Amino acid sequence: MVTLNHYLILGAVIFAIGVIGVVTRRNLIVVLMSIELMLNAVNLTFIAFSRFLGSMQGQVVVFFVMAVAAAEAVIGLAIIISVFRHRRSLDPQEMQLLKW
Amino acid sequence: MTVDFLRWMPLIPLLASLVNIFFGARLGKKLAAGLACAAVAASFAIALFVFWQLPAGATFRDTVYTWIESGSLQVKLSFQVDALTAVMLLVVTGIGFLIHLYSLGYMGHDEGMTRFFVYLNLFIFFMLLLVMADNLLVLFVGWEGVGLCSYLLIGFWYHDHKNTIAGNKAFIVNRIGDFGFMLGILLIVTELGRQGIWTLDFFELQKHVNLLSPDIITLITLLLFVGATGKSAQIPLFVWLPDAMAGPTPVSALIHAATMVTAGVYMTARLHFLFVLAPATLSLIAIIGAATAFFAATVALAQTDIKRVLAYSTVSQLGYMFLALGVGAFSAAIFHLFTHAFFKACLFLGAGSVIHALDGEQDMRDMGGLRRYLPTTYWTYLLATMAISGAPLTAGFFSKDLILWHAYSSPHGSTELWLVGWLTAGMTAFYMFRQFFMVFHGEFRGSEHAKAHIHESPRAMTLVLMVLAVGSIFAGWLGTPDYLWGNRWDPWLEPIFGGAHEAAHGAAAEEMRLMALTLAIGGLGFVLAYIAYGRKSKLPDQIASLAGGAFYRVLFKNYYIDELYDVLVVRPFTYFSRWCAQFFDPAIIDGLVNAVAKGTRGFSLIWREVQTGNVQHYLAGFLAATVALLLYFLGQQ
Repeated sequence: MVTLNHYLILGAVIFAIGVIGVVTRRNLIVVLMSIELMLNAVNLTFIAFSRFLGSMQGQVVVFFVMAVAAAEAVIGLAIIISVFRHRRSLDPQEMQLLKW
Repeated sequence: MTVDFLRWMPLIPLLASLVNIFFGARLGKKLAAGLACAAVAASFAIALFVFWQLPAGATFRDTVYTWIESGSLQVKLSFQVDALTAVMLLVVTGIGFLIHLYSLGYMGHDEGMTRFFVYLNLFIFFMLLLVMADNLLVLFVGWEGVGLCSYLLIGFWYHDHKNTIAGNKAFIVNRIGDFGFMLGILLIVTELGRQGIWTLDFFELQKHVNLLSPDIITLITLLLFVGATGKSAQIPLFVWLPDAMAGPTPVSALIHAATMVTAGVYMTARLHFLFVLAPATLSLIAIIGAATAFFAATVALAQTDIKRVLAYSTVSQLGYMFLALGVGAFSAAIFHLFTHAFFKACLFLGAGSVIHALDGEQDMRDMGGLRRYLPTTYWTYLLATMAISGAPLTAGFFSKDLILWHAYSSPHGSTELWLVGWLTAGMTAFYMFRQFFMVFHGEFRGSEHAKAHIHESPRAMTLVLMVLAVGSIFAGWLGTPDYLWGNRWDPWLEPIFGGAHEAAHGAAAEEMRLMALTLAIGGLGFVLAYIAYGRKSKLPDQIASLAGGAFYRVLFKNYYIDELYDVLVVRPFTYFSRWCAQFFDPAIIDGLVNAVAKGTRGFSLIWREVQTGNVQHYLAGFLAATVALLLYFLGQQ
């Protein structure tokens, strides 16, 4: 029997994987992908609650999140491309120009 | 009563001064000096007209604008003329005009003549502001302004470092007095304000003075008197006046004899309604006045510089005025101020004429026999010397006798005060005639070169001397005792000092007796001066070398008071200032500021390590904080 808790734990695990990816990976594209992972983990949680509470509100929010995520991916990729053109590198650790 | 042209009296000299500042060089010396004299003459004319128009007991007012408005405190720039101010106006503009004329001759060869007249006009402006003010704040502005002009004029010949030091000394010593004066003013305002009356106006103050407690009034008057001792050169702040003689002689006559130094007397008389409520202050004023009169006279006995004798004599005469104020005889004090302005200005200008003739020589030991060369100066000097010594029927005779009579007969007076004043009168006659004989009689003791160049002063100077000499005689006839044609002076000032004036009840016979005694000691002084200095005599040298000359040296050095102040005040203060400059300021003040800066810098050096510039580190921190908050709120449930 698959209960609500199973979905929530799965969502939390995916979210944690996303967080660790954002914090540790040294490639901006992977960082962007990890963010998508975090968003989808949240989506999963919303859907699960929506199903178990019998409410449509959760699904509505998920559509919003997906739309925002699409826009974010577009802008994020555009920034990444322009950064790469300037610096020939995508390592976030090297992007420290604003440090005092 | 509103009279709207009063404002022009101070304004015209100010305008002339400003014109000379900006265009003086273009106008040329002659025109600039002429403008300065004309401005003071205009002020004098207005003063005469106002005096003519002023009904007895009335007050003219002219409000220019409201200067300060703060809550219910309102200070207006406004002028008033009553009987007391009218007297001061005539002295300031009248004597001031004469001295301007004299300066035309005296400063004629000086390259700084335009600058000199700028300062002189500015002085007249501030002095008029002082005497015409109808509230304490405007009076204070004038008070500080005349101090500034005094400083500028003492150090007029600034090429000589000695003169600038004398100017500094005058300014700094005055500053001490002014500080007390300002505290006094502030105390009046706050204490009356506590009663709900916010005012600085003399008229209002007089109306509400009864709201103050006697202790507060005593404190206020003492503080005000500190200001008076500074400006009017009384013990203990009199040390600046003798040094102030470094300035040009017309300045000594105008500022340091006739007008500015009498500001303290005027201020005390103006605020008489406060002083009469503080008997303790009054008796202190009387004692200080008498003591100053006496000690300054003893110092004058031994001076050899022609102007220093006159300077100490001025201090001594101011002492007389304060003695009169102290015994409640305000009218007599102002009377002596009035007569003193004539004969002391005449003496100073006469001395200036002598110095001019001898090309800058001031040592009386190198003078003598000048009677033949400077006849006009000689006769005018003789008249003024007689007046200050109290020869019968001269101005000084009447005013000094009036003061001595009040010192003796007033309820605040005493025989001791009279005795000190009486002895001083004798010494005055002695040192003045000593000077007179040393300068004008006997043989010329200077160099042959100097002798060949002696010349009588130009007409502008001698004319002024003659006018002042005439004044030295007749100015006193306004206030003769009852056994002559009576006192015209007291009734004129009665509306002002009315409540305060202590009618001297005493038999006219007693007044006559005292007058005879004063005449006797004055005569004695004259005879002694004649014996010692009028003929060839070894007596002065013998007296000077009494007790190994120690006695003479003490007097000559002004009781070593300058040296005493130097050790007690000047040097500790200089050391303290140096300590502040060399240790306290760099180590403590700068140290504190630098410590704050260094601490901030050190702290930020540590904390800036947090900002690695790496976005992922920030995110990790963000995450950690979120988790921590989450745990905290979950833990609370």
